[in-house]
Amino acid sequence: MSGFFRFIDSSVGKKIVMALTGLFIILFLVEHLAGNLLLLLNDNGKIFEEYSAFMAGSLNIPVRIVEIGLFFFIIYHIVNGVRLWWGNRVARGFSYKVNDPSENSTFFSRFMIWGGTIVFIFLVIHLRTFFFPYRLGNPSNTMYEGAVEAFSNPYYSIFYIIALIFLAFHLVHGFQSAFQSLGIRYNKYTAIIKNFGIVFSILLCAGFALIPLYFLFNAGGN
Amino acid sequence: MNLHLKVWRQKNKNAKGKFVDYEAKDISTDTSFLEMLDVVNEELIKKGEEPIAFDHDCREGICGSCGMYINGRAHGPQVGAATCQLHMRSFKDGDTIVIEPWRAKAFPVIKDLVVDRSAFDRIMAAGGFISVNTGGAPDANALPIPKDVQESAIDAAACIGCGACVAACKNASSMLFVSAKVAHLARLPQGKPEREKRVMAMVAQMEEEGFGACTNTEACSAECPKEIPMDVIAQLRREYIRAFAKSEEKV
Ligand code: FES
Repeated sequence: MSGFFRFIDSSVGKKIVMALTGLFIILFLVEHLAGNLLLLLNDNGKIFEEYSAFMAGSLNIPVRIVEIGLFFFIIYHIVNGVRLWWGNRVARGFSYKVNDPSENSTFFSRFMIWGGTIVFIFLVIHLRTFFFPYRLGNPSNTMYEGAVEAFSNPYYSIFYIIALIFLAFHLVHGFQSAFQSLGIRYNKYTAIIKNFGIVFSILLCAGFALIPLYFLFNAGGN
Repeated sequence: MNLHLKVWRQKNKNAKGKFVDYEAKDISTDTSFLEMLDVVNEELIKKGEEPIAFDHDCREGICGSCGMYINGRAHGPQVGAATCQLHMRSFKDGDTIVIEPWRAKAFPVIKDLVVDRSAFDRIMAAGGFISVNTGGAPDANALPIPKDVQESAIDAAACIGCGACVAACKNASSMLFVSAKVAHLARLPQGKPEREKRVMAMVAQMEEEGFGACTNTEACSAECPKEIPMDVIAQLRREYIRAFAKSEEKV
C-alpha cells in the first residue's frame, strides 16, 4: 500500500475518515432538511416538487457529482465503522466479569455501532420508499403524494421518528468526536463544540421528525 | 470491616483462569487496597495455599505497576488514584469486591492479576525517546522554555504507563498512553528532531501490538490515575497528520 492508503487505513487515519465522511453527511442532512421542510408549506407540494425536480435534474452536474460523492462517503463511513468496531472488539479479547463503563463514558459514545446500524436499516427503507421509485423508477404519483401516503401510515411514521431519535444519539457523540478525531480540541473550544453538537443533533432530528408528525396528524392538511 | 472478594486466579499465561472467593476479615478502613490483599495473602500462606499474585512496587502512585480492575473500574472507584493509593474507606463493610486483571489482547495475563505490559515498552522503544549528547550537564538556561509550555509538557509527562487507559477503554486502545508520550516530547524543544518519525513509529508499534483504535469515548482520561487530559490525543492526531503531510514518501 502506498503512503496515502496506509495513512487513511491506520488507526488514526480510520478515525479521520470517519470524521470527514461524517461531517460531510451532516452537511448533506442540513441541506436535506431544508429541502424537506418545503413539504410543510401547505401548497400541495408545488414548491417542493419544483425543488426536487431541480435537485434531480440530469443536467444539474454539480449536484450529480456531489450525489455520487455522498453515496461513496456513506458506504465508506459504514464499512469503515464496522471495521473499527470489529477490530476494537478483537483488541479486548477476554471481557470483564464486572464492568461499569457508565462511570467513565457516555452512553452515546458506546452506542455508536448500534445507533449507526439502526440508522443504516432506516436508510435502506427510506431509499426504497423515496429514492429508488421516484429517482430511478417510473412513479405513478409525485414525490409529494408519495410522502403524504407514506406518512399517513402511523407505523411508517413512528418508525421514522424512532430512527430519527437514534440518528440524534449517533450525532450527539459523532459531531464532537469528529473534531477530536481531526485533532481540533483546545480547551477554550471543547465545551462550545460539545454543546453545539448536542443542540444541533436535537434540532436537526426534531426538524426531520416534524414531517411525519405533520402528515400523521394533518393527513395532507386539506 | 469484612469483605467478600472474588479474585481472578490463573496459574500461568496458558492456563484457563477462574474466579475464586475469599473472605477478607478485620480490615481497617485505613489500609490501602494492596495492604488488604497482603492480609488475605498472609492467611493463604498460613493455610499453605498459593498467594494471589499482583504487581506492585512503589505503592505511592509513581511506578504504574499495580493496575487491576476492581468492581468494574480500572484502579477501583477512586478518581485520580492508582490501586496502591486506593483506601478501604472507599468500600463498605460486607461489600463484595470483584478483582480482575487488565483485559486486553495486547496485555496477556501472566499470573492471577499480573499482566504483561511489555507492549508499552516496545512502543516506547519505537520512538518514545530523544537523542542527546552525553557529557557534562548542560547549562540549565541554555534552552529557554516558557513556563506554560513546560507545564503542559509536564502534564503529559505525568503518565506512569500503568495501562488503566487500555483497561478502561471499550476498544482496549492505548491511545492515551501513546499520546501522552508523543505530546510530552512534542511540546518541548528537545523532542523536535525526532518529532515526525516518533509519532509515526509509535502509532505503528501500537497497532502492531494489537491495541484497539481510539473512538473518543474518553473513558481513558476519566480512569487515568494521573488524569491525563484528552487534549493529548487530539495533539497526537495533529502530529500524525503533520508527519504524514511532511513525509517524503510518494503519495
Ligand atoms: S505500586 Fe507503584 S503506582 Fe501503584
